[in-house]
Amino acid sequence: MSNWIPLWLHKLGSPPTFYRFAGTLQPWAMTLALLLGAIALYGGLVLAPADYQQGDAYRIIFIHVPSAEMSMFIYAVMGVAAFIALVWRIKLAEVVAMESAPIGAAFTFITLVTGSLWGKPMWGTWWTWDARLTSELVLLFLYLGVIGLYHAFEDRRQGARAAAFLAIIGIINVPIVHFSVNWWNTLHQGSTINIFGQSKMSTDMLWPLLTMMLATKFYYAASLFRRVRTDLLALEGGKDWVRRIAEDEAKS
Amino acid sequence: MNRPGLLPACTAMLRRDLTLAWRRRGDIAMPVLYALIVTMLFPFALGPEDTLLQRIAGGVVLVTVLLAMLLALDAMFSSDIEDGSLEQLVLAPQPLALMLGMKILAHWITTALPLIVIAPLMAAMLHLPGVVIPVLLLALLLATPLLSLLGAVLVALTAGTRRSGMLLALMLLPLCVPAVIFAAGAVAAAQQGLPWLAPISWLAAALVLAVVLAPLACAAALRIALDA
Repeated sequence: MSNWIPLWLHKLGSPPTFYRFAGTLQPWAMTLALLLGAIALYGGLVLAPADYQQGDAYRIIFIHVPSAEMSMFIYAVMGVAAFIALVWRIKLAEVVAMESAPIGAAFTFITLVTGSLWGKPMWGTWWTWDARLTSELVLLFLYLGVIGLYHAFEDRRQGARAAAFLAIIGIINVPIVHFSVNWWNTLHQGSTINIFGQSKMSTDMLWPLLTMMLATKFYYAASLFRRVRTDLLALEGGKDWVRRIAEDEAKS
Repeated sequence: MNRPGLLPACTAMLRRDLTLAWRRRGDIAMPVLYALIVTMLFPFALGPEDTLLQRIAGGVVLVTVLLAMLLALDAMFSSDIEDGSLEQLVLAPQPLALMLGMKILAHWITTALPLIVIAPLMAAMLHLPGVVIPVLLLALLLATPLLSLLGAVLVALTAGTRRSGMLLALMLLPLCVPAVIFAAGAVAAAQQGLPWLAPISWLAAALVLAVVLAPLACAAALRIALDA
């Protein structure tokens, strides 16, 4: 009786089941993402007080920090999915890893753009060769490398496996790069939010930030589900369950 | 079946690759010429002031060597893939990682070693002080095998694709950042009369790690790229 969880997970790994599962969850995740995002933006842009030092310019953190967090979170998800794809050769894990990459790259790009928009009035420059900025840029190139390698192969599954291997190399590389550029040059402030213990931030500013972090997670889930469903249909085209979906579509 | 031991297999592999490279000596000269031309262009672009050239010399030599190696990296497995000998290597009873390690060594000897030999000339063209040149050579001796090893993993990953030149550069960039930082850091420290041993030690540590892990990763990548 107690083994229904592994059984359910095992079933979820099969494309038709995941297709249905993702189809049910996707609208909910998108609604939650939009709702929480709107609340967080209202809280951050209207309710939160202006910073005594930076004025209103600090408000960009409500976009910048959640995106930066997502850029790393998605890389971690991609790495885990890539590992599962290579070890157990699960088709769904390959698709999840490869469809996470463009979303992660987009978040990384948003982080870099919002950071430089903030840097112009605060540091007086759009870009500086600081450790954190450089690591984030390297992360963007890692994402682009994974995407590029995936599309360089004619066989999609083979491309997915090669790109998954590159993603795992990247995971080993990220701490090395971060450490080496830290040693090289540092200007970016340390982290302000501390999960374990007192955050160095007022609650008025903290709650919109945390809400936005939640909203970006839901957005990622919604976007990933949508992309994975499309990809599964393309990959499994010609199989029975896809044909049945196509026939149902044609009937209605 | 009578299978040769590890040592004879390794020497045979090394001798084969070096012979192949020697038969096409022109290809060995290409990266060297490329590096010399790029170095020569810097004074033209920046003006012939000694102080400016001196300040950038170390970094320019390192980046030029890196780019020249990137140029030659593409060819590491291409001829072996064309004539099918790479598949034979994958099927061989000897461990694939070891055989690939020998191939990487041969590639390093034929592309990076000539570049290191002309590095003092490149440094002198940019007026790098003579006392710094030994540090530059040491940094290159540690950084170039690191780049060869990392590059080999990526080349193996792209073995199944047709156009890989630009993609290779995109993938290698994040991996070579630490090597460039430490190698250039050592040269810059030596130039300012500061202790330069720490970055050199980091480079050596990274190289030791890469020597152990990269051939294994290269073998795994090649298996992924070749099985269709």
